[in-house]
Amino acid sequence: MSAAVQPAAAADTLLAVRDLDVYIGESHILQGVSFGVRRGGITGLLGRNGVGKTTTLRGVLGLIARTGSVLLAGEETTRLATHEIVRRGVAYVPEDRDVFAGLTVEENLRLAERAGAPLRYDLVYELFPELKQRAAQKAGTLSGGQQQMVALARALLNGDNTILLVDEPTKGLAPLVVRHVVDALRRAAEIATILLVEQNLSVAHSLVKDVVVLDQGRVSFTGDVEQLMGDPALARRHLGLAAVGGH
Amino acid sequence: MTTIALLLITGLGLGALYFLIAAGLSLIWGLMRVLNFAHGAFFTVAAYAGWSAGRLAGGASPDLQWLIAVVVAVVVGGVFATLTEVVLIRPLYARHVGQVLVTVGLALATISLVQGGFGSDPQRLALPAWMTNTTTVLGANIPNTRMLVIVVALIVFALLLFFLQRTRFGLIVRAGVENRAMVQALGIDVQRAFTLVFAIGGMAAGLAGMLAGTYYGSIDPGRGSAMLIFAFIVVIIGGLGSVTGSAVAAVVVGELQQFLNFYGAAGVGDFSVVLLLAIVLLIRPGGFSGAST
Repeated sequence: MSAAVQPAAAADTLLAVRDLDVYIGESHILQGVSFGVRRGGITGLLGRNGVGKTTTLRGVLGLIARTGSVLLAGEETTRLATHEIVRRGVAYVPEDRDVFAGLTVEENLRLAERAGAPLRYDLVYELFPELKQRAAQKAGTLSGGQQQMVALARALLNGDNTILLVDEPTKGLAPLVVRHVVDALRRAAEIATILLVEQNLSVAHSLVKDVVVLDQGRVSFTGDVEQLMGDPALARRHLGLAAVGGH
Repeated sequence: MTTIALLLITGLGLGALYFLIAAGLSLIWGLMRVLNFAHGAFFTVAAYAGWSAGRLAGGASPDLQWLIAVVVAVVVGGVFATLTEVVLIRPLYARHVGQVLVTVGLALATISLVQGGFGSDPQRLALPAWMTNTTTVLGANIPNTRMLVIVVALIVFALLLFFLQRTRFGLIVRAGVENRAMVQALGIDVQRAFTLVFAIGGMAAGLAGMLAGTYYGSIDPGRGSAMLIFAFIVVIIGGLGSVTGSAVAAVVVGELQQFLNFYGAAGVGDFSVVLLLAIVLLIRPGGFSGAST
């Protein structure tokens, strides 16, 4: 395990997760997960399937019962309701996009508008011009890639979002759409911090600088992405054989 | 033809009453996943509150008395529902069995209290003269109360659609019916939407309580529970969470009951509604709208 497992205490830490525990039924899914996310850029949350990456994001947001500490810009958020955490500048792009299928694209975006926040419709439509053309279309009738655009657009819309929790944004998408999503994430990283869960390691490698690796509900590695990916033995140990092959 | 016209319009009137109860039930289930067995209690308490207010305004004209009764019923239905949500349902959101027990208990306790206070016998409602008259439609003399109930239900349907389609709260409710967690993850306080939906459902149930009194000419403590059973059937046939589905299902159920109770043996209409429910569940488990399964 890396020596840098403990959450960064530095002043530039935007999100500090400490001793996060989550039980689902009898299963102890997260077992004292601790890590920090630096302000600016993209931090990757990596690991094999089922190690607790999505649960970590949901725990940070308070969408599931958890114990431990989650500091956002120094403020403890575990006692807050999900909507209160989100209003402190956290945006969520869930694994399955979770667009509202019965609402139009325009309604999906309108729902994400937050009172008092500057809205970035210009940026959203610059990144995803298709959404403007399909504003009146029901989100449930969009392709997977288009639904991902809606999900990302909702997260980018509010100008006061400081951190985006993005869960497997390229999952199940065609290569051309993956490139589009990667470009959008790069652009998003210029204006907000991103905590990215990504199974596609070549995508993760191209985007992230810092990585946190989970293994069986615990943090097994934190450090620089090059340190992890540049050492085949280390990558194999933390991410599995496919990681090295896929990279 | 005369009989068919009469049955069609009285069936529509019955469907209108079912719709007023079912619309709130459907939204409450769709958004909050709460099976609200106390909905009939909102109906009953509001009807008796309206009836009492109408009697207190005895010096006013019959039209004004009736209007006062309706307004009081709507307000009392809304307040009772809001209090129920805030005090009893809110602490039990994650506990479905607890919700069922508490709403069933509230319904039983409320009916007993109403019986204790007002007696079990029906209380006659003083109606304006024009409501006791009939209007001839296709040769059939249709009681004006049936027309009134249909018109009011249509107005409520239009208002609910406007609320759901044109307001931000309506947008939140529609989104919440699909995915409540994601609505929260967009920074929206779903709790406020819960309370609002309960209040709207209670107001509609209160209105239904008073209109049912107008339709039947009297109110009684057991009618809310009796109509609630058919309203639940309407909600399931229409599709949980869909107001339009409830409207369509309410008309189908009302017409089926009226026609088969008239042409068939006693009780055939009621039985056929249960049969329809079984058929719809087998063929289309999500109901007419398919909004939810």
